[in-house]
Amino acid sequence: MSEIIILAEVINNTLKESTAEIVTAALSLGENPILIVPGTSPDSAASMAATYEGVGSVIALQDDCFSTFDSAAWCEAIASVAPPGHLLTSSSSMGKELAARLAVSRNSTIIQDVIKIEGSNITHPIYSGKAHETVSLNGPSVMTIRSNVFKQSGNGGSASISNVNTSSNLRTSLKEMVAKASERLDVSEADIIISGGRGMGSPNNFDKLYSIADKLGAAVGASRAAVDTWEEIPHSMQVGQTGKTVNPSLYIAVGISGAIQHLAGMRTSKYIVAINKDGTAPIFRHADYGIIATWEEALPILEQELGTLLG
Amino acid sequence: MVEILVLIKQVPDTNARIEIKDGKADLSMVKWITSPYDEYALEVALQHKEAVGGNVTALTLGPARCDKILKDAKALGVDNIARIDVPEGYLDSFSVQSMLAEACSSLGAEIIYCGKAAADTNAGSTGPGVAEKLGWPSVANITNIIFGDSSLELMQPSFEGQAKIGVNLPAVITCDKGMGEPRRANVKGIMMAKRANVDLIGVETVGGNTSVVGHASPPDKPPGKSFDGSEHVSTVVKLLRDEANVI
Ligand SMILES: Cc1cc2nc3c(=O)[nH]c(=O)nc-3n(C[C@H](O)[C@H](O)[C@H](O)COP(=O)(O)OP(=O)(O)OC[C@H]3O[C@@H](n4cnc5c(N)ncnc54)[C@H](O)[C@@H]3O)c2cc1C
Ligand SMILES: Nc1ncnc2c1ncn2[C@@H]1O[C@H](COP(=O)(O)O)[C@@H](O)[C@H]1O
Repeated sequence: MSEIIILAEVINNTLKESTAEIVTAALSLGENPILIVPGTSPDSAASMAATYEGVGSVIALQDDCFSTFDSAAWCEAIASVAPPGHLLTSSSSMGKELAARLAVSRNSTIIQDVIKIEGSNITHPIYSGKAHETVSLNGPSVMTIRSNVFKQSGNGGSASISNVNTSSNLRTSLKEMVAKASERLDVSEADIIISGGRGMGSPNNFDKLYSIADKLGAAVGASRAAVDTWEEIPHSMQVGQTGKTVNPSLYIAVGISGAIQHLAGMRTSKYIVAINKDGTAPIFRHADYGIIATWEEALPILEQELGTLLG
Repeated sequence: MVEILVLIKQVPDTNARIEIKDGKADLSMVKWITSPYDEYALEVALQHKEAVGGNVTALTLGPARCDKILKDAKALGVDNIARIDVPEGYLDSFSVQSMLAEACSSLGAEIIYCGKAAADTNAGSTGPGVAEKLGWPSVANITNIIFGDSSLELMQPSFEGQAKIGVNLPAVITCDKGMGEPRRANVKGIMMAKRANVDLIGVETVGGNTSVVGHASPPDKPPGKSFDGSEHVSTVVKLLRDEANVI
């Protein structure tokens, strides 16, 4: 019998909410999926995962290798407990790397960034979202599931939990963690992003974006033109084809023209707001709400309005 | 002498419009380029050779049109260029990775560099997949490297900051932007590349277990609402709260 297996997204033994979306995706492939929760001490994450409705059973997979990310070791640990069948996990950058390995170790194909499952037809974006590709599966596969696409499953379930211990060898060594220069949220982690482009005029003006981001609990991103022009704006903030692909609930583009390579990184955001002084800028064709104005005029009002609304 | 291998892929220009014809993407009119991250991988491979010596081979899997990017790589200074010849059309990850891994071992690779994701698939599957096939470690999305004779020290962005990771060869490394702008070819390189031979690598064809049903343009978003003038910012904030429910 072929099973449906879900690999939970767990960071430092904390279950990520995206796992509840993967459960929903898995349930469209079959019933009673097995959910694997990896960790150095996975028990509390496993208890939480067991409440997801529709989950058949939970495996709390304890292995010291989960203390740092090493795709070879993680793959070894997970492969040793995952039965044959379709395996689904998150499309975070770690999720995608691990899934690619798991697919090979299971002699199956990997399909990244799945946005639709209909029977054995699986749809995912290609060409940076300029097209959607539907493939049909002729055997078990490994899939990563785009976040913010599938609904989260409810949490009225009570699946049984079994504990498995493995000890896999790390193949790489973490020598040092260099902490981030600031405690700011990374764009790939954020549910709201406000990004600035060349139209911001100078890197100092990004302070305006930071203070709005603080009100919204948002991350600040940037276009490549901003990153390339100003040393103060690091590449880690870049959204787009050669930067990060993001999929937040809300993306606010300020002084960004909307070049195809920028759109490649953010066009699937649930809601897009554009603030640009040029009403013909391409970004307006993709915005749910467009404001034709300079940022100098618009941002102070935005900050004030959000202040009134959110305190 | 380290055998350095760099995987490069030919993809449609990132500016190209992707037309859908009869339910399939029509690529007959697109301009083809080296996938942008593969330019960084090439740069890293050449820097590796410059740092500790070695022999650099650029390898691609694709039809004859892909010889163009191999010659471009040759012009930049790689020693050898090689191609696994496959017909035009879809191959799933399992067949691509199996064939690439086989060619990498037959070429005696000790370190493999590739792009963090190809511009057509946006997948990021090939590097870790090839590594698993070979039983090697892999480290993804690298922004900086210190080269040693039999080991590497890598910088990898993580959600907590930057991780400094050590790995012994053999290994597969997928490259992000970060090691400086990729070099450009000079006239001498371009002349030499014209005469260069592409080695055709024979590997057993591996079938996959998925097939393409079709392509479609992403569904059009309903047209948005546009407002002229900053006095409408408050309207948009209200819409974000009441219509979109996102703040
Ligand atoms: C291979 C390749 C990869 C690329 N990858 C990326 C990528 O990952 N990410 C990316 O972003 N780009 C990428 N690009 C670059 C992309 O093509 C554009 O050049 C870039 O996105 C432009 O950035 P921008 O919108 O900030 O600047 P511009 O195009 O210069 O636009 C600035 C905008 O600001 C507006 N503006 C000016 N002043 C004001 C004001 N006071 N108030 C409000 N609005 C104002 C202007 O009307 C204009 O629309 C890539 C290009 C290539 C070739
Ligand atoms: N057909 C191919 N030939 C050579 N290298 C490839 C091929 N497909 C993928 N790669 C390499 O693997 C990287 C990631 O590709 P992908 O997994 O498709 O995102 C690319 O940037 C290339 O370096």
